[in-house]
Amino acid sequence: MLELRIAGRDFGLPVLGEVFATIARGDRICLLGPSGIGKTTLLNAIAGLDKSVPESAVIGRNQLRVGYLFQEHRLLPWRTLNANLSLVGASDEEAETLLGQVGLSGYGHYLPDQLSLGMARRAALARCLAVKPDLLLLDEPFASLDPVMAGELKALIAGILDSRPKMAMICVTHDGEDAEILANRLWYLDGKPARLQWDDAIGEPGLIDGLLGRLRDLDLTGS
Amino acid sequence: MKGRAGRPPLWSYWVVLPSFVLLWGLIAWLLQSPLLPTPLNVLDTLIRESATGELWHHLGATLGRVVVAFILAMIIGTAIGIVMGRSPTTNALFDPLLVLLLNLPALVTIILMYVWFGLVEVAAVMAVVINKVPNVAVTVREGARSLDYRLEEMATVYEFTRWQRLREVWVPQLFPYLMAATRGGLALIWKIVLVVELLGRSSGVGFQLHMAFQVFDVAAILAYSLAFIAVVQLIELAILQPLERRSSRWRQPEAAHA
Repeated sequence: MLELRIAGRDFGLPVLGEVFATIARGDRICLLGPSGIGKTTLLNAIAGLDKSVPESAVIGRNQLRVGYLFQEHRLLPWRTLNANLSLVGASDEEAETLLGQVGLSGYGHYLPDQLSLGMARRAALARCLAVKPDLLLLDEPFASLDPVMAGELKALIAGILDSRPKMAMICVTHDGEDAEILANRLWYLDGKPARLQWDDAIGEPGLIDGLLGRLRDLDLTGS
Repeated sequence: MKGRAGRPPLWSYWVVLPSFVLLWGLIAWLLQSPLLPTPLNVLDTLIRESATGELWHHLGATLGRVVVAFILAMIIGTAIGIVMGRSPTTNALFDPLLVLLLNLPALVTIILMYVWFGLVEVAAVMAVVINKVPNVAVTVREGARSLDYRLEEMATVYEFTRWQRLREVWVPQLFPYLMAATRGGLALIWKIVLVVELLGRSSGVGFQLHMAFQVFDVAAILAYSLAFIAVVQLIELAILQPLERRSSRWRQPEAAHA
């Protein structure tokens, strides 16, 4: 579905090395790595937002619909949630349904800044889904939420992934537990310049424990 | 919004302005000179001019020029400002010209336009537009430079069309700058239009002031000035303030969003 042949990004920070990978439909990838290593940079490169990474480095993206959940909600603050969703192509009923799915029924006429952080993030998630994405990019979706809200959102995203088996996902996180719940594949970005240190499928339960163990070791040595 | 916050309470207008008129009347009564008519003389002239229709004819002519020049200057200035704010190359190309135009006296543009194109309406309006465009461009350029890159990225990911980007992402962010350009612009345009009319048109408030000046008819000068001030204030109250309120409704008092 998508093939990454990123040759690197040698100016600006963070510096990204070569990144080669293929992403198939239904892949649920958690992208882990120390903070500041370039996880968001890689996500932006995949989304086509990084002008220093040529379009030819991300083969197949032009045929894909991409939903991107940024760290901030990035909804248009002067438009209601309904208007924000319809701007990316959702009909009125679709907007209603999607807002319902993320637990925001009846909030269609609210402005983004009238919502709490967690609600605004769920509204932004609804917008991601409104484009009927082939690829869902999540940039630290659980950051700065309290544990209860983070848990709810995690369950919500897991449910969304289960109901859309053909959709691929890449989720940036620092937290190995997120990977256990959401991922069937694990990327670990590290080094200078940053490369994918491992790209492992998560199959049997023992494997993920091993991976997370290795991750914890790396985290300790890294920090 | 700036400008409105520092406004004194309404009663001060009802105290200061009548006191000023009273003082003026007193001095005029003491001097008994045709060069300083009393407020009543001026009111008399105003009523007479309005009854003959002269006042409306000339006010209308001025207002028409202001509206056309304002719309043209805003469209051209906004387009130039956005392009200059977004593209360093264009900015490098146009900025020196902008500095030149900003420092060019309005009178020079007016004279040149009349010399080159004759004493015609197009020359008059163009002179005003050329004077105004650089101010709009500079103001809008500031706004275009401060556009939120996060919303730009969002619009790129979600494949907004050019029109959607302009309408939904840029204009709301540029709105305070457009408003500032509008306010500054109207104030400037009003004044330039009068000079344009004084120098080369046979209608408008500027033309009437010119005629009154030639016969030292101070009452007529003040009468037209008053009518002029009234129209400017009316536009402020009836158009600009409601527009400003309407377009800032989405701002929440507690909103921290930049």
